[in-house]
Amino acid sequence: MAIEYLGLSSINGPLIALEGVQDAAFDEIVEFTIENQGIKEKKLGRIIEIYDDKAIIQVFEGSENMSLVNTHTRLTGHPLEISLSLDLLGRTFDGLGRPIDGMKPIHSNIRRDVNGKPLNPVSREYPRNYIRTGISAIDGLTTLIRGQKLPIFSGNGLPHDRLAAQIVKQASLSDSDSDELIIVFAAMGVKYDVAEFFKTTFAESGVSDHVVMFLNLVSDPVVERLVTPKVALTAAEYLAFEENKQVLVILTDMTSYAEAMREVSSSKGEIPSRKGYPGYLYSELATIYERAGIVHGSTGSVTQIPILTMPNDDITHPIPDLTGYITEGQIVLDRTLHGQSIYPPINVLPSLSRLMKDGIGEGYTRIDHQAVANQLFSSYAKVGEVRALASVIGEDELSYTDKKYLEFGKAFESEFVGQSESDNRDIVNTLDLGWKLLHILPKEDLDRIDTKIIDEFYDRKHDDINVDL
Amino acid sequence: METSYSEKIFGINGPVIYINGKTSFKMGEMVYVGEEKLVGEVIALSSEQTTIQVYEETSGLKPGELVYSTGSAIFVTLAPGILDNIFDGIERPLSSIAEQSGIFINRGVSVDSLDTQKKWDVHMTISEGQTIYGGTIVAEVPETSAIVHKSMLSPHIEGVVKSVAPDGKYTINDTIAVLELKNGLEYNVTLAQKWPIRVPRPISKRFPASKPLVTGQRILDTLFPIAKGGTAAVPGGFGTGKTMTQHQIAKWSDADIIVYIGCGERGNEMTQVLEDFSKLVDPKSGNPLMARTTLIANTSNMPVAAREASIYTGITLAEYYRDMGYHVAIMADSTSRWAEALRELSGRLEEMPAEEGFPAYLASRLSAFYERAGYVETLNGLPASVSIIGAVSPQGGDFSEPVTQNTKRFVRCFWGLDKSLAYARHFPAIHWLTSYSEYMNDLAPWYNKHVDSNFVSYRNQILAILNQESSLVEIVKLIGNDVLPDDQKLTLEIARVIRLGFLQQNAFHKDDTCVSLKKQLLMMEVILYLNTKAKALIALGMPMSILKEFDIFEKVISMKYDIPNDHLELFSNYKTYIDNFYEEVIKKNA
Repeated sequence: MAIEYLGLSSINGPLIALEGVQDAAFDEIVEFTIENQGIKEKKLGRIIEIYDDKAIIQVFEGSENMSLVNTHTRLTGHPLEISLSLDLLGRTFDGLGRPIDGMKPIHSNIRRDVNGKPLNPVSREYPRNYIRTGISAIDGLTTLIRGQKLPIFSGNGLPHDRLAAQIVKQASLSDSDSDELIIVFAAMGVKYDVAEFFKTTFAESGVSDHVVMFLNLVSDPVVERLVTPKVALTAAEYLAFEENKQVLVILTDMTSYAEAMREVSSSKGEIPSRKGYPGYLYSELATIYERAGIVHGSTGSVTQIPILTMPNDDITHPIPDLTGYITEGQIVLDRTLHGQSIYPPINVLPSLSRLMKDGIGEGYTRIDHQAVANQLFSSYAKVGEVRALASVIGEDELSYTDKKYLEFGKAFESEFVGQSESDNRDIVNTLDLGWKLLHILPKEDLDRIDTKIIDEFYDRKHDDINVDL
Repeated sequence: METSYSEKIFGINGPVIYINGKTSFKMGEMVYVGEEKLVGEVIALSSEQTTIQVYEETSGLKPGELVYSTGSAIFVTLAPGILDNIFDGIERPLSSIAEQSGIFINRGVSVDSLDTQKKWDVHMTISEGQTIYGGTIVAEVPETSAIVHKSMLSPHIEGVVKSVAPDGKYTINDTIAVLELKNGLEYNVTLAQKWPIRVPRPISKRFPASKPLVTGQRILDTLFPIAKGGTAAVPGGFGTGKTMTQHQIAKWSDADIIVYIGCGERGNEMTQVLEDFSKLVDPKSGNPLMARTTLIANTSNMPVAAREASIYTGITLAEYYRDMGYHVAIMADSTSRWAEALRELSGRLEEMPAEEGFPAYLASRLSAFYERAGYVETLNGLPASVSIIGAVSPQGGDFSEPVTQNTKRFVRCFWGLDKSLAYARHFPAIHWLTSYSEYMNDLAPWYNKHVDSNFVSYRNQILAILNQESSLVEIVKLIGNDVLPDDQKLTLEIARVIRLGFLQQNAFHKDDTCVSLKKQLLMMEVILYLNTKAKALIALGMPMSILKEFDIFEKVISMKYDIPNDHLELFSNYKTYIDNFYEEVIKKNA
């Protein structure tokens, strides 16, 4: 399309209006060329509303330097697309998918609309194979399944980045070791240090050539952030469903993404729903999170670990709340545990993996897995009650059993949940450790475990557990 | 489809498009939008502007493209082939879409709602010369191994049968009978009929609730039962088990037909239902569960306008099977996503928001939906019902938000899921203090007659113990367990037995996943017998600490696993165990 439009009708924040456009389509990408004192600058925008010949365009890079007269606009005739090939591996791109590692853009015949399309539920395969992370609290209690979307709910100052990095380093697929995990890393509005931390971690653990990075740093344009996860997931879907790779997508930080959405929504003058976020926050988050899974006719998978920082550690804030309704569970980090120097500070009670039940047990992990997990959850929930009681009547007044619960709680937090950043435990160790901790409690209190399983596992020797305590 | 009339698109804003000027579209009319013929619906008309919501992604659409009229409101096709199938929100079969467009759902896919090529085995049930009315069953078709599909004359039609095709194999569009209408015109009867989704199908009259929908879930059947034709809400924060509860009811309830609506929920969940229900066998009929199930899947990443429609599509299918004389149960997971779809569209239309941005008509839409449930006499005189079980996903798990509150006004059964129970992995995490069922009184005569005259009294005793426990727990929280008198300690212990042994139910255990009313009754009987005997011991001055030395409490807790469903006679042993326990305590401490 050769037509270029000179000038704009109005500019309001990242939104500009252009009149007299012919043949423009909803959601089409436009290119701006801005002339400033002889210097030409290029920007991209997206048509978000269109009325007859008047288009409202959102500028990804922000509307700085644009004036009503110095801008040339060209329609591209298609929505935002990226080029895809196996050459993506080992590369670093900006939030819109343009290379920032000094190398050339990807050349490929395969170009895809970053908005993606909804996966047909009949084409999905129900995920059943677990990914071993070597972290007891995750493997044992909130098992990560291939094709799952399992976010980390964290807070500012909590070690979610270190946890994500440890998962990346240690993650191994349970059965076929020949399959290597490909990492797609998307950063939305993260600090330079955080991006650098992940880069260094990938380099140190020697996985850099299996990583594709899409970086939108905190200093980068806000509007661009709204596209970054979509670009990354388009790459992930290609690698998984067409190149049959096992892809692990890390999205950080979903809070910045949602905040960017609120910013743009309010500049559009939309009616806000809860806490100023637009009414379509749920749908928008869903279009991101639902791009995970396994499909018939491909051996690949897309597993997502989105990271979000809960504003004020509030799990009922719209962002974690809506996320929890879409994702298949969550791993919740806790400030109190962090304060006790327990790493990873995973609060197991609100943490959950919805797909766990079908990916563990006989044939996957070990027959007693579900029972041990249920018992640990239930006993640890009881610890909370006993602690509340102890804070009223004092520890000394507690009954013998209640004191045992306190002892169990402490051991559970420091030995089971807590582990070092280099500690890579296998599933047998994790489960045996669980049994060892349950021995602290009276045997008759183990009410979540089938008698058969108790008979088989309770009296096994657990001295040879190989973990750094 | 006739597309004689068309108008040009003026503006596009997400799923909402505008046409300028006065048009002759009708309110609620289904339209095709643009060159790709995307499905849309007219939602507002004025002399300046027509507003249309589009059920598919609108990216790439241009002003100036045409909107085509279809002349009819948005409808579903009703005919054999609905069961054992999965549709999107506007009754397009997802497997046909997958054949056309691969693993992703493309836009503007044009597929028939139901297979028009398949020849069904048709047995005619009308004869020449007979006068038939709307609702008369004209033919029977074995639709699946479990269900005989009864094709009916569309409501509001009446005529004399002029000719009837012989029994044989016909497609859903073949003429199987010809009627002469009152006005002298001829009317061709086929297996298929169309019905607008937003209009309830007519019935002849409504009955009060009198029979329970038996679910096999103890906390539901015993404590908070839902009637056939009743309405229930299952609210709960994420991870509390709404979907699990719905799955369990869909699997084990004694409804004839299940309509499962996945409205704005996870894709993998629908896949799971599809996989599980094809494998699982209905214990009553021996057929796969899918043979009595139809799925409506509008997952959270599918277009939002179709999510709004999916609820109506589901209930219309349910009403159609009800009209054949079946008991139908609808699982709507989740009505909050549907309410959010209303909010999202309302926001795009720049309507004045009420509470939390939801439109002011939220309450009336919810009530209109739940009122489509009921135990009725159909037009052809059969008793039948539609029961609605709607999941609610309150923001932040807070039941005071508008969707939960408005839903509470229109349902008579409330199964409140509790976060702390879910955290302790007590499932189903339905909290016995916040939940209620207004049907208990209506259903008491049925329980007396069909289960046992003690059932309701046992149920009330169980509930009373749980309520006592909750007030005792408040005291324990302040001063500890030790200072309570022994009879109160016993109440706490029995309540623990009820919670672990009765209320907790393991969906993954073959004997525990679905439990007959008879077994529920016997379990209550054993627990209450233990309570009576233990109370007697306490009255004799035996301290609780001695009672707890015996493993009888643990034994009663695990009876749900230890007694197989086909050996209920084993319950009599428990009376002996408890008697022995009584004797031994006396002997030891005499």
